[in-house]
Amino acid sequence: MFSDIMTIIRKEWKEMLLRRGNYRSSLLNMAIILGMLGVFFPLQFGPDWLAPQSMVIIWCWVPVFLALSMVTDAFAGERERHTLETLLASRLSDRAILFGKIGAAIAYAWGISIVGMLVAAVTINIAYPAEGIRFYPLPFFAAVLAISLLVAGLFSSLGVLVSLRAETARQAYQRLGVVMILVFLLPSIGLQFLPQEFLTRVLSGLPDLNIQVLLLAVIAVLLLANIGLILAAIARFQRARLILD
Amino acid sequence: MPEIERRLPHQEKETINMNQTAIQTDHLSRAFGAIRAVDEISMEIPHGIIFGFLGPNGAGKTTTIRLLLGLLEPDSGSAEVLGCDTRSQADEIRARSGALLEHSGLYERMSAEDNLDFYGRVWHMPAGERQARIRELLSGVGLWKRRGETVANWSRGMKQKLAMARVLLHRPELVFLDEPTAGLDPVAAAALREDLLSLVQKQGVTVFLTTHNLSEAEKLCQQVAVIRQGRLVVIGSPDELRLRSGGQRLEVIGRGFSEALILALRQRPEVTDVVHNDRHLDIRLRGEPDTSPLVQLLVAGGVQIDEIRKGKASLEEVFLTLMEEEKDV
Repeated sequence: MFSDIMTIIRKEWKEMLLRRGNYRSSLLNMAIILGMLGVFFPLQFGPDWLAPQSMVIIWCWVPVFLALSMVTDAFAGERERHTLETLLASRLSDRAILFGKIGAAIAYAWGISIVGMLVAAVTINIAYPAEGIRFYPLPFFAAVLAISLLVAGLFSSLGVLVSLRAETARQAYQRLGVVMILVFLLPSIGLQFLPQEFLTRVLSGLPDLNIQVLLLAVIAVLLLANIGLILAAIARFQRARLILD
Repeated sequence: MPEIERRLPHQEKETINMNQTAIQTDHLSRAFGAIRAVDEISMEIPHGIIFGFLGPNGAGKTTTIRLLLGLLEPDSGSAEVLGCDTRSQADEIRARSGALLEHSGLYERMSAEDNLDFYGRVWHMPAGERQARIRELLSGVGLWKRRGETVANWSRGMKQKLAMARVLLHRPELVFLDEPTAGLDPVAAAALREDLLSLVQKQGVTVFLTTHNLSEAEKLCQQVAVIRQGRLVVIGSPDELRLRSGGQRLEVIGRGFSEALILALRQRPEVTDVVHNDRHLDIRLRGEPDTSPLVQLLVAGGVQIDEIRKGKASLEEVFLTLMEEEKDV
């Protein structure tokens, strides 16, 4: 099954790179993303760009958008372009197709994020020379690598479930936009309605919180959510159901 | 007993017995809500023939292909394809079959070569064999020089040729083709038909072909089945179907067809029916009788004959008759 998954990943990347008509346009688009995240913003923010707060805020978000754009095209787009049924009529198993497509989205999102992080570190070192080499705090770097991988996986699996119910890749992307708003905006709105006294008590306790424990807890929650969503995607991604959609 | 040799990727050379059954269904049924898309279909299709599956739109042809490929599970009944049960061995069936479904299924952003390379990898063909097979197939359909072009810019005929090449890439034993010549110009359609005949004659592949084009089915198919509203109406060779529909016919174009003469013709034992329309008389015959007495009768009855044609009913006429009969039922 591994070679089948790799075959699908290879195909998905090829399709993604040809989305704009040729490889050059897509590579240019990737270069622009890396230029913004790896050069432009680090130059604007300075060495603070390597601080833990910036890391968590930026690099846990970037994979979400990258994974979503690819996974919607891989699932809803494949059906929209009438290539899914032929793929299902091949010898590939349901799981090889599913994991190949999810794997392609995760590897793309995570890969761009890692390259972006490294390019940003190089940019900071060149633009703001110091005595030693500046880099992200290693425990945070490791945690952010894990979190960005899990976030990419989480939204790829979520993207599968939404894409399988959408008629077109555009519709899938729009629906995921709504899901994103619900997931991220509603908690922020909800905070407004919490009693001020409660919020003050929580915030005053934050400095005492062990940040490493917090990061491990986030990783554990994301891991569980990943497992749940992947199981749901496996249950949903079955030939007999896909043919009838 | 005719036998052919076939070599499949990564498999020992094997001998296929042409008298084996490629597809066998037993009361195969599938419903979608209240609609019985496939209703108790039982048929047996031998190896190494082109089998035509005919029927109007919505008759259940595509659903039948999906059931045979194991893409859908039947509600009741069973089917065996290449000796494998469609419920429990669908993976094996898909591994040994090729399918050109309603849409060509080509990745239009990618080049022709990349499309075939992807499916070659899907079928685990080693790199060397894959490259050689891609070259062989693309050269065969005259597309080798254009292998690097993006498929999106190609004509429908070229895409269909490429899709056929993809279907044959892994040397399948059985090929499902869902209206492969639909939308093709006459030259491209004729070329595709030639390819299909050659495929069956030289490589012994079994072809399960659905088509609306009845003259195409007549030219290609050794056996045909007609399906309507999910039910199998008839199955047999085109000749058997023609006989079922009345055998030979005599078409007479001329003047002076009187009512008395038509009545006299109808009373002849070798005549099953006579249809008169202006200057055209269509005499349907029982079996393949000597027709000279009928011509003498016409001449003696004062008919001025311009032209006489003797022939069998076309598959199209048989099909239309069957559809009318079913409607009446």
